[in-house]
Amino acid sequence: MFRNQYDTDVTTWSPAGRLFQVEYAMEAVKQGSAAIGLRSKTHVVLGCVNKANSELSSHQKKIFKVDDHIGVAIAGLTADGRVLSRYMRNECINYSFTYESPLPVGRLVVQLADKAQVCTQRSWKRPYGVGLLVAGLDESGAHLYYNCPSGNYFEYQAFAIGSRSQAAKTYLERRFENFTDSSRDDLVKDAITAIRETLQGETLKSSICTIAVVGVGEPFHVLDQGTVQQIIDTFEIAAEQEDPATEPDAATGQEAATEQGTAADQGGSTDEGAAPMDI
Amino acid sequence: MEVKQIPLRHFVWLRDYHRGKWSWELFKAHCTSQSHAFGFHSRSSSLFFSCFVLEVCCFKRPGSYGSTLRYKSVERMKPIGKHSLLGASGEISDFQEILRYLDELILYDNMWDDGNSLGPKEVHNYLTRVMYNRRNKFNPLWNSLVLGGVKNGQKYLGTVSMIGVNFEDNHVATGFGNHLARPILRQEWHENLSFEDGVRLLEKCMRVLLYRDRSAVNKLQIAKITEDGVTISQPYSLKTYWEFSAFENPAQGAIGSW
Repeated sequence: MFRNQYDTDVTTWSPAGRLFQVEYAMEAVKQGSAAIGLRSKTHVVLGCVNKANSELSSHQKKIFKVDDHIGVAIAGLTADGRVLSRYMRNECINYSFTYESPLPVGRLVVQLADKAQVCTQRSWKRPYGVGLLVAGLDESGAHLYYNCPSGNYFEYQAFAIGSRSQAAKTYLERRFENFTDSSRDDLVKDAITAIRETLQGETLKSSICTIAVVGVGEPFHVLDQGTVQQIIDTFEIAAEQEDPATEPDAATGQEAATEQGTAADQGGSTDEGAAPMDI
Repeated sequence: MEVKQIPLRHFVWLRDYHRGKWSWELFKAHCTSQSHAFGFHSRSSSLFFSCFVLEVCCFKRPGSYGSTLRYKSVERMKPIGKHSLLGASGEISDFQEILRYLDELILYDNMWDDGNSLGPKEVHNYLTRVMYNRRNKFNPLWNSLVLGGVKNGQKYLGTVSMIGVNFEDNHVATGFGNHLARPILRQEWHENLSFEDGVRLLEKCMRVLLYRDRSAVNKLQIAKITEDGVTISQPYSLKTYWEFSAFENPAQGAIGSW
């Protein structure tokens, strides 16, 4: 991105019809650590990479529960994300109070987008520097939305934002067609695998990632470290089983593969090889 | 509002003029300074209960002016949105005000233009908030409301009083309906009433009310709410019997006594 004379103010258009400040705000989202979301017909899973300031500090909270049926994962300026989460919680609780009924996710997302838009049209404001993956459940099913600093929102089957999210997006693009009918556990496995893609070589541990789930009969909650580690361990076991399979013992290899197949459906284990052994 | 002719299957809504003693006390002080104007209200009852897959409600149509039964045809039931029906007893002008609030509510709901719509539960709770808030400001909407509807196969039936008391039940009534009709309904209502049986039951209750409530008028409408929507019948009358021998010569015992 180059600096130019039209990027000082959010209320200044460039001759090409761009608002550079808004675009710069979207860049801020790309600087944040990765967050991913994927959904099936009945469940939505959010995952994020935990980033800590230093080895001494705890990691930043990037996943927020907004209501029993809505949660959000953020990437970018965490402070902005926190403020927007508070706004969302307020809206949900006010709606619940007046109507005794959960706020439809689509409406919350529109309200959020309108709020972000305001900041792109006031000279005394700046755009929010945070991208939000809103995961929610309402009468019409499970939804995953992405809210931009520009005030746009899109609905997704699966998406990833933040730094090195392209790797996760590639993984999700290959598999998203299967997500609609995925079971909850498979969805979680896919989420963890997608996060692993963004780590690019770093070991996957439960302390590095946070996973949250919302679904039919399951209010939004963050999975605890133990559960996540267990799932990660099943990947490792599958990986170990696959290693002996690379030895010239095709039969065992196939057995192992089918084992993994039945155990993990289209779980991350089949991707251990990194070659797109396609579905 | 045009009322459609519908077959005899409907719900009877009984509404009556809710005047609990406590609330009367509360508002008496406030009302003394008020002027003579009565406003026109309805004291007749309305009844509402839910049948197997739909909801039935009915009510009588008079609008009184003080103790004069001034208007014989007042529409006290209105469909709200796609899923609900609201009926009210009490002050008619306040009812019209409530309808305006709900109009605006439904309008904004439609303006979202997404697949979501406010169902009977949401409308009921909204009305509860409105009624309760007005009561807290010592400026109540003087109505007893009954709200029912069907959404996504779920039936809902609730009531709100003018002080904000609200609850859901299988059958509700306002005013005298609470005293005369609900005992009958408690005995005879059950989950699997068919529509025809429901109407018969409601008419039975309405007949009792007609005989015993002095402000009742023999004209009622029945509304039916199903997943497909709301239909309200044309007004009709119940058959009554007045040929009791005790009525034959009413002045009989009066001659010579005083």
